[in-house]
Amino acid sequence: MAETAGLVKRAQTAAPRSKVANDPLWLRVALISLMLVLMTLFLILPLIVVFHEALAKGLAAYGDALKQPETLAAVRLTLLTAAIVVPLNVVFGVSAAWAISKFQFWGKNLLITLIDLPFAVSPVISGLIFVLLFGRNGIMGPWMIDHGVKIIFATPGIVLATAFVTFPFVARELIPLMQAQGSDEEQAAQVLGASGWQTFRRVTLPNIKWGLLYGIILCNARAMGEFGAVSVVSGHIVGLTNTMPLQVEVFYDDYQFVAAFALASLLAMLALVTLVVKNIVEWFAARQMSAGEE
Amino acid sequence: MSIVVTDVSKQFGKFQALKDVNLEIKTGELLALLGPSGSGKTTLLRIIAGLETADAGSIHFNGEDITERHVRKRQVGFVFQHYALFRHMTVFENIAFGMRVKPRHERPTNDQIRDRVMHLLKMVQLEGLAQRHPSQLSGGQRQRVALARALAVEPQMLLLDEPFGALDARVRQELRQWLRRLHDELHVTSIFVTHDQEEALEVADRIVVMNHGQIEQIGTPEEVYDTPANPFVFNFLGSVNLFHGRVANGEAQVGAMAFAIPDSAVRSSEVVGYTRPHELEIARQRNGSPTIEAVVRHITAVGPIVRVGLDPTDGAETIAAEITREKYKELNLQVGESVHVKPKRVQVFWDDYSI
Repeated sequence: MAETAGLVKRAQTAAPRSKVANDPLWLRVALISLMLVLMTLFLILPLIVVFHEALAKGLAAYGDALKQPETLAAVRLTLLTAAIVVPLNVVFGVSAAWAISKFQFWGKNLLITLIDLPFAVSPVISGLIFVLLFGRNGIMGPWMIDHGVKIIFATPGIVLATAFVTFPFVARELIPLMQAQGSDEEQAAQVLGASGWQTFRRVTLPNIKWGLLYGIILCNARAMGEFGAVSVVSGHIVGLTNTMPLQVEVFYDDYQFVAAFALASLLAMLALVTLVVKNIVEWFAARQMSAGEE
Repeated sequence: MSIVVTDVSKQFGKFQALKDVNLEIKTGELLALLGPSGSGKTTLLRIIAGLETADAGSIHFNGEDITERHVRKRQVGFVFQHYALFRHMTVFENIAFGMRVKPRHERPTNDQIRDRVMHLLKMVQLEGLAQRHPSQLSGGQRQRVALARALAVEPQMLLLDEPFGALDARVRQELRQWLRRLHDELHVTSIFVTHDQEEALEVADRIVVMNHGQIEQIGTPEEVYDTPANPFVFNFLGSVNLFHGRVANGEAQVGAMAFAIPDSAVRSSEVVGYTRPHELEIARQRNGSPTIEAVVRHITAVGPIVRVGLDPTDGAETIAAEITREKYKELNLQVGESVHVKPKRVQVFWDDYSI
């Protein structure tokens, strides 16, 4: 959950502290070394292992592994899921943040708590909820089967579970930002004759664009990498309902290490790209924040 | 455009922000809503603008009921207390905004928009700053951009919420006079909210003094300053001295002095006399007529006015007096001296008024 600590705080980077206010040298060196050791052990080494294993039998084997139909199907399903889930959560997230930050209404705190729910619940439980709802023996399952709608062990289930798990990212990123900005500018736009849509497009959206992009990046990364919730609803049908993380597990259990790690390397690269883009967005957001300050 | 506010009430939770407010604003006048914080003045302004909805009552513009009309359609110019400039737009785009969001068939062409923006920038004396962002402007400059933006759509009226509240004293002084001159040129019906009595007295044609969601007095600056309707208005418009007294023989008697009572119907036996510090005379001799004897406690001789603090010998509250520097030199007052204080003018109110 640390990743959603909020652009608002992060954008206000503190000014360089004076010498007198600095901690002693030995303490700084010790803390930084400890940090570096932990980073190497837990983050960099595993990353190296992934690429090392993926390329263990050479580039050709790596290429072949990625061209397997199961791999391609998994990539396709993951991309499809993200392509549905991210836009959905952008709409949900922006509406929720808009409602919470610009209006006073009964049950507002309850809504904020509900938005956080997917973070608080284990992803496996989140998946299970959908099985209990739409599964063969679920509450709505039999009715759906009668009407030829298949959700569990099919793409709709995967999309639903992913959407649920990634729901908070956009909203959580926007709420503090929009609350900090208040609604004065929106009111000014209305007095000047702007319609609701014009106000949103010309005033609100430009003010939140970096925060929104940041939320989208995190939401996308999680949507593509989600394992627990998707694992419960997918049914692990190779070539049909396996997303990339699930397919990695299937390959691994099958002793197809090159294929497993080749696919894992794609996810790792997605993570790296996410980090780079995230940092660029943060830089722009910080610049916009400092420009917007009094 | 004339504005008529009829029986408007507004409640926020348990807080009564406005209670049966009635007010008429004439075409082309510059009106000040003056009152302490929580008096309802900003709420009233926002209800006229359409940014808040009244719980009861109605608003008429030029005789037309617009109580239910959306803020977008009211054609008012509103200047927000903290300017509310669009932070991601340049000064030019800020001012052009109101014209750009018009429906296509009403929207001016780009050339017309540019001419109008440049004209407004010239009027608010910010010609060279069209391409700046709000964050690159000083407070006074932002305030003027906000004003230009509000005027860009040729509003029927101009509403200003504490327009100079966030500025430092010197800039505030300058902008005040500038706003007065601008209003004299444009003659747009304008209402501004302020808690600064000096600002209201200096700028407005008429002042509406508000307290606890109600109007205490409406009048020209001279009227509200010279003949306040009640002790609250007297207090709020400047410093005062209070003299407690009783009613006897159809007169208010304060010590040895006697004053006319406010009206014929005697409401209580206690009265309070109100006098402004500059309406007190200090003398060394009694000169016949009754006075208040007092001892000089402190003297602040800064600027053209000398402030003198006096303790009456009968133990009543400390009196604050203001005298000219010449008078001060002539009297050659010293701390600890006994003097005679005589009010030149006293306004008497019944002692049943609670503020």
